[in-house]
Amino acid sequence: MTTSIVVQDVSKTFRYQAHPTLKKVLQDRLRGEHAKGSFKALDGVSFEVQQGESIGLMGLNGSGKSTLLKLVSGVMRPDEGQVLVRGRISGLIATGAGFHNELSGRDNIYMNAAMLGMTKEETDAKFDDIAAFADVGRFMDTPVGNYSSGMFARLGFSVAVHVDCDIFIADEVLAVGDRPFKRKCLKRMKEIRESGITMFYVSHSAASVKKMCDRAIVLDKGTVGFDGDVEEAIKFLHYDGDDDEPDAEDEDERDEELANDI
Amino acid sequence: MSTTSPVSPDPGSVEVRHDLAHVPLAPPSRTSGILEVFRRRYLLRLMVRREIRARYAGTAFGLAWSYINPFTRFLTFYFVFGLLLGRGNGMQNFAIHLFAGMVLVNYFTESVTSGTRSLLSNRGVIGKMAMPREMFPVASMLVSLWHAIPQLIILVVACVVTGWVGDGPLWVPDAVGMAASLLGFVLIMVYGTAFGLMFSCVNVIFRDFQRIVQTFINIVPFTVPMMYPYYLIADGERIPRQYHDIYVANPVAEAVMLIQRGFWQPTCDGPCVVKPGTPPTVQPDFVGDLYSRGLIMLVIGIVLLGVGQFVFSRLEKSVPERL
Repeated sequence: MTTSIVVQDVSKTFRYQAHPTLKKVLQDRLRGEHAKGSFKALDGVSFEVQQGESIGLMGLNGSGKSTLLKLVSGVMRPDEGQVLVRGRISGLIATGAGFHNELSGRDNIYMNAAMLGMTKEETDAKFDDIAAFADVGRFMDTPVGNYSSGMFARLGFSVAVHVDCDIFIADEVLAVGDRPFKRKCLKRMKEIRESGITMFYVSHSAASVKKMCDRAIVLDKGTVGFDGDVEEAIKFLHYDGDDDEPDAEDEDERDEELANDI
Repeated sequence: MSTTSPVSPDPGSVEVRHDLAHVPLAPPSRTSGILEVFRRRYLLRLMVRREIRARYAGTAFGLAWSYINPFTRFLTFYFVFGLLLGRGNGMQNFAIHLFAGMVLVNYFTESVTSGTRSLLSNRGVIGKMAMPREMFPVASMLVSLWHAIPQLIILVVACVVTGWVGDGPLWVPDAVGMAASLLGFVLIMVYGTAFGLMFSCVNVIFRDFQRIVQTFINIVPFTVPMMYPYYLIADGERIPRQYHDIYVANPVAEAVMLIQRGFWQPTCDGPCVVKPGTPPTVQPDFVGDLYSRGLIMLVIGIVLLGVGQFVFSRLEKSVPERL
């Protein structure tokens, strides 16, 4: 078994105010409180992922999930510690990243694929699959600025899932898109997972994590709160429905149903 | 490792296909700087094409704007400096002298200003996709180069027409002149990229920077010998000699003289610049050691590019979180 991702004692600090004015800086200096402006989004996070594992990354809002994904995907660099990966990474930190509103869907597919590291030949070969999956029909040559948000998201997802990658990252992919598309996404992600690609899946939906992942990491205020079995992770998070509001339960039920579809 | 699912390595699996056991573990964000940009030429090409297309998207005249803008600017400068202020006095083909300089000055100012903004204006991508971020200032520089081409075409046409219609010799490009012009372009490319790299990430951290750059960029057209002949600076009558040395240390001024050597000088009939007076005196067209200066500046420029890369790789770590 090959190690796919190593995260070693990683910390990342952010500032509350990224661009303080000169006046603000001077005021803080005079009051001697310039250290107060920052917080640790991740604090000493360590874990290892083996090739082919499927990890569910869970945690409340603001627990550092997106920051961790950005570190693993290479968008950001850790302040302390190190992140090491093996092979090509694809996925969605957010849908439709890097789309240019004035360009057509077709041009954006090529652009986005190139950003994810695909060559022209690879994209040419997969173009029909990508187009079919995105299912935007005649809008392929329309500027994506005129797309509906669903179409926009479908196109972005479609490119990401067709990259021949070794690690696939998915951040809240199911937040957009209608039900048939969600089902298609989950099916596709299952295929990705079964082909031996390491998967990093972020979701608040306990049901889909249960379905998709064989291990869960729960982040709690920037630290690893729990790492291991999915069921226990859900219990750890109290996502198992004890104190859920009715609305959330509906959502969970629907997700459950969805997860059963695939 | 608490739970690791036993995935059997069947022949179709990624592990076997990509032979992952032999791929070293590496930081996902590791790049080899500006060299990585040229390794991913395909992405660079797409990005440049995207910028070019997006630039005039939705306009009726499209690419024609690339001709209209420099042409009107040329007419303005020609009218004010050539006709009203008489700066072209004693000089042959002042219009070509002016426009040859403008091609490079526009190229330089455009690459520096768009390079400075390049990271900020692509923030949507930078926060979400991992790729060599040197790509953005380099792409801005290439887009600006693309926009210099229409101006170069206007310049060539102007030179040919001047030779045809005017009293002077036909404009025949000579090897030395063309090499000089090429060196001028390369100088602007190197310095434009170096400044673009440095300024783009400084601008993310300190957003006032693009306004500071803009202020200085507005001065650039006046610091090069295009609206006035070189001898006004060199003859020591208006400004002390030691300032002349500073003046010619400007790589843009050097590049402008190099391109004028290629396009303007061959259009002259006899001495290009004669200072009016009694008696009229022939004045030097350019700084004395034009070519050796150009080559030295190229070396300095390449060093500066290295410095730019160093600054960029130091600062870009904090770029995504500051966007």
